[in-house]
Amino acid sequence: MEQSEQNTAPGLKAIPESATRQPQVQMPEPAAIRDAEQTAGLPAEAGVPIFEMKDVSIYYGSFRAVTNVSLTIYEHQITAFIGPSGCGKTTVLRTLNRMNDLIPGARVEGEVSYRGEQLYGKDVSPIAVRRRIGMVFQKPNPFPKSIYDNVAYGPRINGERNKKKLDEIVERSLRQAALWDEVKNRLGTSGLSLSGGQAQRLCIARTLAVEPDVVLMDEPASALDPIATGAIEDLMKEIKDRYTIVIVTHNMQQATRVSDRTAFYSVLVNPQSDTRTGTLVEYAPTDRLFGDPQDDRTKAYVTGRMG
Amino acid sequence: MAVVTAEPQLPDLREAKGWRRTKNRIMTILMVVSFILVIIPLGFVLFTVIAKGASIISWSFLTGGPIASTVAPAGVGGMGPAVLGTIEITALATVMAVPLGILGAVYLNEYGGKNWLAALIGFMSDVMTGVPSIIMGLFIFTIWVLHFGLSGLAGAFALGCLMLPIVIRSSYEMLRLVPNALREGSYALGATKARVTVTVVLPAAIGGIVSGSLLAVARAAGETAPLLFCIGAASEANKNVFSGANTALPSQIFANANQPYVGAQDRGWGAALTLIALCFILMIAARLVTARFARYSR
Repeated sequence: MEQSEQNTAPGLKAIPESATRQPQVQMPEPAAIRDAEQTAGLPAEAGVPIFEMKDVSIYYGSFRAVTNVSLTIYEHQITAFIGPSGCGKTTVLRTLNRMNDLIPGARVEGEVSYRGEQLYGKDVSPIAVRRRIGMVFQKPNPFPKSIYDNVAYGPRINGERNKKKLDEIVERSLRQAALWDEVKNRLGTSGLSLSGGQAQRLCIARTLAVEPDVVLMDEPASALDPIATGAIEDLMKEIKDRYTIVIVTHNMQQATRVSDRTAFYSVLVNPQSDTRTGTLVEYAPTDRLFGDPQDDRTKAYVTGRMG
Repeated sequence: MAVVTAEPQLPDLREAKGWRRTKNRIMTILMVVSFILVIIPLGFVLFTVIAKGASIISWSFLTGGPIASTVAPAGVGGMGPAVLGTIEITALATVMAVPLGILGAVYLNEYGGKNWLAALIGFMSDVMTGVPSIIMGLFIFTIWVLHFGLSGLAGAFALGCLMLPIVIRSSYEMLRLVPNALREGSYALGATKARVTVTVVLPAAIGGIVSGSLLAVARAAGETAPLLFCIGAASEANKNVFSGANTALPSQIFANANQPYVGAQDRGWGAALTLIALCFILMIAARLVTARFARYSR
């Protein structure tokens, strides 16, 4: 296990420097990972498990939105959730930091653990969970505050009052989110004055400012142009040695570009009650899921024969 | 046939003719007409009050006292006690009703959800909006004035009761407009519900809340009926809002305007203009404050 991690890690780490500006270097990358795995004689079960889901079903009231999800998400990896609309990717993502608690009637069955702790245990506070597990949303949602106050918001609610420390955190977070150079001279202007891509990076900076353990991203690039999308993908690769990232995406190329593992979800349609329930179909290292899918539904989806 | 098709057809990009265009014109005209109809009474009121009241306005009229007897000629005494009373009573009513109303709206929208208490409060506050102001005055008269006597405080209670449902309703509507994405963004950073409400939801809605509260303040400042029962009719300035008879501009307008004497009528117009000016100044001040609060909402 250790060995395989050491073997894969340099290959993975090489991505940010080479891939940021030169996309052609990306091509040999998945093969390199596979070679590394094969030489180690182990599947890429490398790393510390962060989330373990066992037989998870998620309900909204009496409606079962997602069923039968079992998967393990590993530390310092980017895990992508893909699948057609309505397959429950976002719902599963939102169970990981208990955002679904905010929806009246939402409830989780089965086992979800985070670093070995039951996420839906009795004494678990959703507030404490969300302080460790941050989230970036599909639509950029900067607060109607200044850019500075947007980034400093998280540290402030966690009790940081020291102006100098806040300055440092704001600069560091904005640099990590590749936004610093664009906004350093106008930190006092409204966060709403930024363009879509900048606003999304601001939201990422805001999430990183609280130094979460895990960053959940719900289609973070779906409203952005290719350049902004590229910037956010580069950013994800750069920060993944400090954070664990789970990303929901509609874009399969994006999943292949950034993720180490991919989970494919699909929809089960019950023709009698006309209900649609999402379920996990296949979960594997990204290159294997796309290169050698085991399930016919996955195969159909990744080859583009099914929406 | 061939000749017709060979000729290049230019696309017709002019405005569509016929019924569609007529309908558009009718509607546009209707809107302009209704706007003018709305403006006419407003303009007339403002014009008449300024025309009849401006001549009597002077520094001594605004600040001097005591309030002259209705038989006195114009120029005697001043409205100082009424200006003071209006400011005192309205301010006290605002201090009581606005925070309470905003907190109530926060409960209804952020905490209450669909539970029966929130539904009941929402319903009762809507019913309260429709209660005539004189009933509110009678209510305060029976439960307060009969026991503790006339005072500015009693007037403030009555005005506060009138303002409360307006503040609740307008603040509630403003809070409802705050996009849920902002709340979720804050929750995702580990904020508690109280924190989300105070640091994200209220700042995002503050502009609308201030506007709604101002409408309530302006309405209360112009109320006459409840004050008749509650504050009495002092002619001397009463700096103690908590006890003793007081007076206010609406009461003075009422007392002076229905007199046959020219002096009293002039004083009535003057008081009316003063009241309008007070509300106007208040509106401007609040706009400035709101603009400062809302400087980040684009």
